[in-house]
This record gives sequence, structure tokens and C-alpha cells, in this order.
Amino acid sequence: MSIQTNMGNYAGRAAADRTLRGCTVLATALAIIPLVLIIGYVTVIGGSSLSVDFFTQTYKPPVPVDSGGEIDPTTGLPSDFGGVTLDPATGLPIEAPVGEALPAQDIQSSGGVLHGIVGTIMVTFLALLISLPVGVMAGIFLAEYPSNSLATFIRFCSDVLSGAPSIVVGVVGFTLIVQRFQTYSGLAGAVALTFLMVPTIARTTEEILKLVPNATREAAMAMGAPQWYSTLTVIVPTALSGIATGALLAFARGAGETAPLLLTIQGNSNLSANLLEPIAALPLLTYKYIESPFPAENQLAWGTAFVLMMLVIGVNLLVRVVTSRIKGAM
Amino acid sequence: MADVKAAPRAASSSWARQTQHGDTIFWLFTLLFALLIVGLVVAVGIVTYNGSAEVRERYGWSFLWQTEWNPVETELSPATFGAWPAIRGTLLSSFFALLLAGPIGVAIGIFLAELCPLRIKQPLGFMVELLAAIPSVIYGLWGVAVFGPFFTQYIATPVSDTIGQLIPWLAGPVASGRGLALASIVIALMVLPTVAAITRDVLMAVPNSQREVLLSLGATRWEVIWLAVLPYARAGIIGGVMLGLGRALGETMAATMLIGNSTRIEGSLFLPATTSASLIASELTNANDTLHESALIAIALVLFCITLLLNMAARYLVWQTSRGPAGARA
Repeated sequence: MSIQTNMGNYAGRAAADRTLRGCTVLATALAIIPLVLIIGYVTVIGGSSLSVDFFTQTYKPPVPVDSGGEIDPTTGLPSDFGGVTLDPATGLPIEAPVGEALPAQDIQSSGGVLHGIVGTIMVTFLALLISLPVGVMAGIFLAEYPSNSLATFIRFCSDVLSGAPSIVVGVVGFTLIVQRFQTYSGLAGAVALTFLMVPTIARTTEEILKLVPNATREAAMAMGAPQWYSTLTVIVPTALSGIATGALLAFARGAGETAPLLLTIQGNSNLSANLLEPIAALPLLTYKYIESPFPAENQLAWGTAFVLMMLVIGVNLLVRVVTSRIKGAM
Repeated sequence: MADVKAAPRAASSSWARQTQHGDTIFWLFTLLFALLIVGLVVAVGIVTYNGSAEVRERYGWSFLWQTEWNPVETELSPATFGAWPAIRGTLLSSFFALLLAGPIGVAIGIFLAELCPLRIKQPLGFMVELLAAIPSVIYGLWGVAVFGPFFTQYIATPVSDTIGQLIPWLAGPVASGRGLALASIVIALMVLPTVAAITRDVLMAVPNSQREVLLSLGATRWEVIWLAVLPYARAGIIGGVMLGLGRALGETMAATMLIGNSTRIEGSLFLPATTSASLIASELTNANDTLHESALIAIALVLFCITLLLNMAARYLVWQTSRGPAGARA
């Protein structure tokens, strides 16, 4: 034991104490910097790119696709690319290079991400509809019945699901739905998200139900209510706001998932509300637009990231408020 | 209203008789939904197992360590599928990410649980939880747009130009900067909040008597942490780090966006590589044939098995600490 051998050397021990405690502070500060930077960048760049158009428009190409020029019958190419004249022999621009004629910085896309918002809400909502009954009932099972080895096993399975790589879940959605029906669809995305949302809902439901004091259960029993009746009419209603925030938490998690959607809903540049067809989603737009050479589209990527981040922060704040209120009320 | 009516009716024998099986039925009902969670885990296993049948038949176990991944059949090189580039990338990126995030995350956890002034404890803890919930595509976005260019210009290029001349795994030429090093750093940032939050939770579960005993012997704050708190919580902390590892292994979006997605095995950390998750994400939706698809699904199966084993080990360790003094003896 170092504490015994060093007992006399208090100055040395105090120095070691200060140094090592300083190290943890340093580590925290070091980690906080990039994490604050991430939130800061998304808030500043993303927040500034929000506008009415952002929420009400769908994708618009940042450069006019139809240049308006005539098609040269000999080359099959348009003779005019937005003011650039092409050499009919080589098909290359004669005068100004493309970069000069179309300075990328000046191109402002007036497009928005309405299609992504609609797609994310539809897919995630469908996934929530599927996973809510499963998660809540499983949560009731875990909280209201004795915690035996079966419950432990189910809890473990729920942990495995919530820890499973989201891409694996995407592969399952791809194999189960996309391959079978030969089309990418919002439905496949919802099925994939279900795998990730069920454990979240089950876990939060269980934890919230365990916060309901036993006196409430005993009171219901004293009135002669069987357990199922008291669970459904007394305990679940007491914890309802908590269960609802659990569902919101799952919604926020599902809305931010990108990898499973990449394999299942594929994305769509047009506004579509058909869950049986490829559909757009916000995280996919972030992924797609940030690699785009057009600053206007990069702006859209930041804006979408901002919306997703606000969703996560808002839901987490709400969960905090509701949980502390439930704890306080009891 | 229902509650008011329930009490007198419960007393009457006919209602009691009608509902005498209610508890059993309700229990079975919740059990059914709870077992659905087990079913989802089994479904992931079965779907990926069946989906990978073709490649398992063709290559057997050697699929795991073959180094050629060539999905495109040409006259010179036949299509071959070996998972090693992907598995190697996953292992290396997770290893480096954990090397960075493990110690720093544990230090943050110690700071949050033991040393942090009460005034900032709540907000800081909440921020850590929030960061763990931010969608990975946002980390990827920040990596692509902000950190990537910075890393390439100020870290990767100078390092590869100087030390890289001597040490082959830091060698250039740094082109886009996207590669193992960049991806590992951003994945480390994502894993950090997970490790920190779990370490904090485990440390807060350590009973105060542990600390008081050492304080009464005249130990400094750090000696209390080092000799009384950390040994008690060791198993739980290792469990938390392993859960972080699970997150790093399965991380898809940040890896896909930052690692460069090249299935060639390169010696240098600054050159493009791939991970299992990013290989699936980038190739499954445009796979050439069923063999290619089946090879990607087999990689998903491997990934799922690894995370399953990790989860088992990690949950066991966390459970052992929260169970009580057994962790102190470990």
C-alpha cells in the first residue's frame, strides 16, 4: 500500500494529488473542446442556413439542368452550357472555363428539405407505431413481474439489440423487405428502425414504472383490483408522461439513424409520402449534401444536421423535466 | 370513473369469477411481447446467417482472412471476396479510437463523479449524455467539413513529411487525408461520452463508506479515488470501455464518411482503408450479384457476433460491480 510507505512524505503526496486531479480536469477540458466545437459549428452554420424555404421547399438543383441552349445536332451536346460555348469538335468549353462562368460561390439553391422532413416523420412514426406496443408491454413485463432469470435474459436481449450496430439492422431490413419486394421502401426503413426503437422504449418504460411507488400498487390492491386491472388503470396512467417521453426518446434516436436507412429507403429527391416507394430522410440528406461541390447544398446539410441536433437536445431536455417531475410528484 | 366503479364490483363474486384468469392472461400477454424482443435478436441472427449462405459455402472460414476484396470481375482478376481488409479496418480503427477515448473517458468519468464542483456537475453530466445521443452523421459531417481539412493540413501532412519518412505506418502521400487516423479520431470523439457516462454511473454506485474509511486514515482525495473507489469499480469501468468498443466497432456513418473506403490494405494510417460497417454501407445497395450481396451480409453476421460477445462480457462486468463488493475483490 503506497499510502503506508508514503505516509511521512505529505508534500509529495499532496503534489501527486494535485497533479493527478489536474489531469482529470485537463482530460475533461480537452474532450470538451471538440465536442463544444461540433455543437457550435452545427448551431452557427446550420442555424444560419435555416429559412422559410428550408422548411417548405423540396430539392432544387443548384444549377439549371436545362441550359436553354440548343442541342448541336452533330455532337448531340448542348451548344450552350449556361453561357459557356462548347467547341463542337472536342465538346470542351472554348472561352471561359466552367469554373469561371459558373462561380460555385454565387450559386444559391433556393431548395429546402421538406421532402426529408416528411420522409423522416413518416418512416420514424411508422416505426414508432410498430415498436410502441411491443416496447411498452415488454416494459410492463420487466417492471411489474418478478425479476427472475427469464426477465434477466429478456433484459440482456434488449441490451444486445440496442448495442447492435445499426448497419446490421439495416442489412436485416434490406434482406427481409428490400430483396423480397425488389424495391427500396419507407416500410423497409421503418422495420429496420423498429429493431433499434423497441429496446429503447422497453427500457424507459421499465425504469419509469419502477419509479411508481409501491404504495400506489398496494392501494389499488386494497380496493380489490386484480393486478392486471391495477396495472392498466392505475400504474400505467400514473407513469404515462414518462412512457410518452420514452417514446419520444426512441423517436429522436430513430430520426437520427442514418446507416439502416441508407440500405432500406435509399432516399428520394422529390416529395413523396408513399411508404412503399423510396422516400427521403433528413440524415440521408446530411450525408448526401455534405459531399456536394455546391456550397448551397452544403448549407442544406448543415441545416439538416441542426434540425436533427435540436430534435435530440429538445427531447432529452423534455425527458429530464418529465422524469424529475415524476420523481418529485411521488 | 372506472376506478370508482371497480371497487364495489370487484367485491361481487361474479366479477371476480369473470376476471379470475385475468392476471394469467395479462401476464402471458406481456410475456409474449417481451419474448418478441428475444425474437428480434434471433431474427437478426437468422437473417444474416441465411443471407450469407452462398459465401459460406464457397469460401468457408477462410472468407474471414482472405485479403482480396474484388467485387468486379475483369479478364485479369476474377471476382474474389475476402473479409480481411474490412475486419482489419474495423479492428484497427476501434483499437485506436479506444486508445484515445478509453483513458480520457475514464478520466472524465472520475472528474464527473468524484471531483467536479456541485454547481457544474449537473449541466456537465447532462451535456455528456446529450453528446452520446447526437446522431453519428453529425459527427461525420463535422469530420468531413471542419476537422478533416484541418487534420490533413496541420497534422497528417507535416507528420508524414517528417516522421513519416522513417516510420512506414505514418508515411504519405497524404492526399485527401481520409483514412484510418482521421476516422479513428472522430470515432473516439463519439465513444468518449459513452465511456464517460458509464464510468460516472459506476463510480457513483460505489458506497460512500469506501471513501470515508480511507479519508479517515488521512488519505488525499486522489488516494481515495485510486485506492478505494477505482478498485471497487474496476469491473464496471472495464465493462463501460467494452460498451464503448461495441459502439466503435459498429460505427457506420462517421467511418463511411471519413475512412476513404478503399479495400486495399495499406501500411499507413493516413491512407484510405475501410471498415466492415462502411464496406456494407457503401456496397450493399449496388452489389453486382448475389455472391457480392452474400459476402456483405456475411460481414454483417461477423459484426453482429462480435458485438453480441462484447455485450455479454460488458454486461457481465457492469452487473458484477453493481451487485456489490464482489467487484472490490476482483
